[in-house]
Amino acid sequence: MRHTLTRRDFGLGATASGALLAGTGRARAAIRPIKLGSLLPRSGYEAPIGQSCQRAVELAKKMLPEMGHAIEIVDVDTESKPEVARTQAEKLIREGVEMLVGAFDSGQSFAIAQVAEQHGIPFVINIAADPAITEQGFKYVFRNFPTSVMLGTQGLARFNDLFTATGASPKTAVLMVVNDTFGQTMLRGIHALMPKANLPFEIVDTISYDPQAKDLSIEVAKAKAAKADLLMAVTRLTDVILIVREMVKQRYEPMGIISPGSPGMYQTQFVKVLGKYADYAITNIPWLDPKQAFAHRFEAAFNQAYPGEVCTLDAGFTFEGFVICADAYKRAGSTRPQALVEALKATNIKERVMIGGPITFDAKGQNVNLPSAVVQIRGGKPIVVLPAENAELAPIFPVPGWSQRG
Amino acid sequence: MLYLNIIVSGLLTGAVYGLMALGLSVIFGVIRIVNFAHGEMMVLAMYGAYVVNARLGLDPLLVLPLVTLALFGLGYALQRLLINRYIARPDHEQFLLLLALATIITASLLMGFGPDARNVQLDYGYDSYQIGAILLDKVRVFAAGGAVLGAAALWSFFRFSRTGKAIRACADNQVGAQVVGLDVKRLYAVTFGLGAACVGAAGCLLLLLVDVQPYIATDYTLLAFIIVILGGLGSMPGALLGGILVGVSEALAGFLVEPSLKSAFSFGLLILVLLVRPQGLLGRA
Repeated sequence: MRHTLTRRDFGLGATASGALLAGTGRARAAIRPIKLGSLLPRSGYEAPIGQSCQRAVELAKKMLPEMGHAIEIVDVDTESKPEVARTQAEKLIREGVEMLVGAFDSGQSFAIAQVAEQHGIPFVINIAADPAITEQGFKYVFRNFPTSVMLGTQGLARFNDLFTATGASPKTAVLMVVNDTFGQTMLRGIHALMPKANLPFEIVDTISYDPQAKDLSIEVAKAKAAKADLLMAVTRLTDVILIVREMVKQRYEPMGIISPGSPGMYQTQFVKVLGKYADYAITNIPWLDPKQAFAHRFEAAFNQAYPGEVCTLDAGFTFEGFVICADAYKRAGSTRPQALVEALKATNIKERVMIGGPITFDAKGQNVNLPSAVVQIRGGKPIVVLPAENAELAPIFPVPGWSQRG
Repeated sequence: MLYLNIIVSGLLTGAVYGLMALGLSVIFGVIRIVNFAHGEMMVLAMYGAYVVNARLGLDPLLVLPLVTLALFGLGYALQRLLINRYIARPDHEQFLLLLALATIITASLLMGFGPDARNVQLDYGYDSYQIGAILLDKVRVFAAGGAVLGAAALWSFFRFSRTGKAIRACADNQVGAQVVGLDVKRLYAVTFGLGAACVGAAGCLLLLLVDVQPYIATDYTLLAFIIVILGGLGSMPGALLGGILVGVSEALAGFLVEPSLKSAFSFGLLILVLLVRPQGLLGRA
């Protein structure tokens, strides 16, 4: 049978094709991957922690598309310098990045926040504790990490939990603090919060030291001379390794070394370098929730990709930073900055990697559902020992002396 | 007694600083070139000792002669093939050449080893000697002992060997040395090799005390400059004295005043010496 194409047939066909094409176009627009910019200190003095965060970036590139999120991640190095963080953020925005994630460090995050605000590009902070960042009235900045005040308040509160759980309480403490933005913010927070924290000990000496110091023997000698029961330490990674090494050499054995919420003592390199001397070090810090299924999935993927490395909060919070962006894009259905900001404001992610309630942001862009856990190195691994509902083991305090370890 | 502990610790660290700075002083004293890649060459030596330790489990103290020899070879070759061509050129071109060399070394180490700090695990790494109330870090004692031996060997070489005497002649009067038939270019290469060997030995000893990562080099270059200027440019005993002064002043300042101000005291000392004795404590006017 011969079929003749009439004007009516042609019109119907054209309309149908047009509708189909338009539909496909919309579908293509909806699934266009959003371009996310990752800014981390992958070189310079913060490089070890930056690399620890970077592992989560690599996992996000793989896991988020598998979870149905359309994302593309462009990653750059801030070289541990705020001025480089600023220029890298500007470069990423020029290259068409639609949301930024980073930057582990308060100084660098602050620099990026100013650029993000200036260009109207949403910025999700993975790790940075300076409260000033979310006190500036920035409209495009969101932080899924506790401020130093939150870290200090919760970190100090966990001291009492630890003393109650173990029945041991020191009377005096010496405080060693890294002399950088984070350390000094924490120091101010600790001094302000100590009177209200109702702790059984008083701080008899405070020792600030250079974050890039290569020898801390004098600082540790000074801490030992204070003859305090407890060593409180606000540190980074390399410095805390030097501190513990010197403590062993100088036979300085307080009841324990506890961080009220700083990096270093839960990290792979701390354990690798110090071996048995890393054991029993305590950090009061937000941590991966051993009771959450999503945390288990993330940790399993991490362990498969990076055998021999410990999955820490650096990786956990960095991964959550990308989850927050991907979730906001999915709900916004658009890459328009304003739509993304509105979606970020309405964030409510219940399935988490870290301990705490759902991820939500207050009017200042700060997530306030970020409690600290007591994390103790046990058998070379960071283990949650408090609060009891999240704990895998009971805490040990006072800790065994250096000569009593395996 | 606590102060004595602090001073002894500063003395021991200062001796290693002294050996490191000795290399810079020797090179400048003879060739009149400021080695801006000094810290980077030391970090290269530290990685050399680290690799041998990681692969073969050998103590950096045992690896020291090998690394020192390798650094001597590197220094000799660099002077012979590259730096000799820049001797007659303006200072800023020499600076740029050595800064470029420093950047290449750091970037190569970063590519090869990444940014993580590396260290050696030693059986005696956490041991101390107890002498009365004084507690001496075993590693620091070994490092300082090695530094003093290294400095003594270098002094003996310049004092008693024919090549050492010839190098001193070159340093005193380059034209005169050429007139009497000395091979100045070869002697310059030997001198640069000896300077590099000093940092090689210092690198192996320092690896006992600090973790190595590519970025620490700049700090040590700066520290070597401070020490050499304090002690007197070109003066070997001055470099050792400068190292010990910096080590002890940093230790005392860190303990008595504020640890964060340690470096400020080194620079304060530098300014004071430059004001009172611009040629350095043991330098010639």
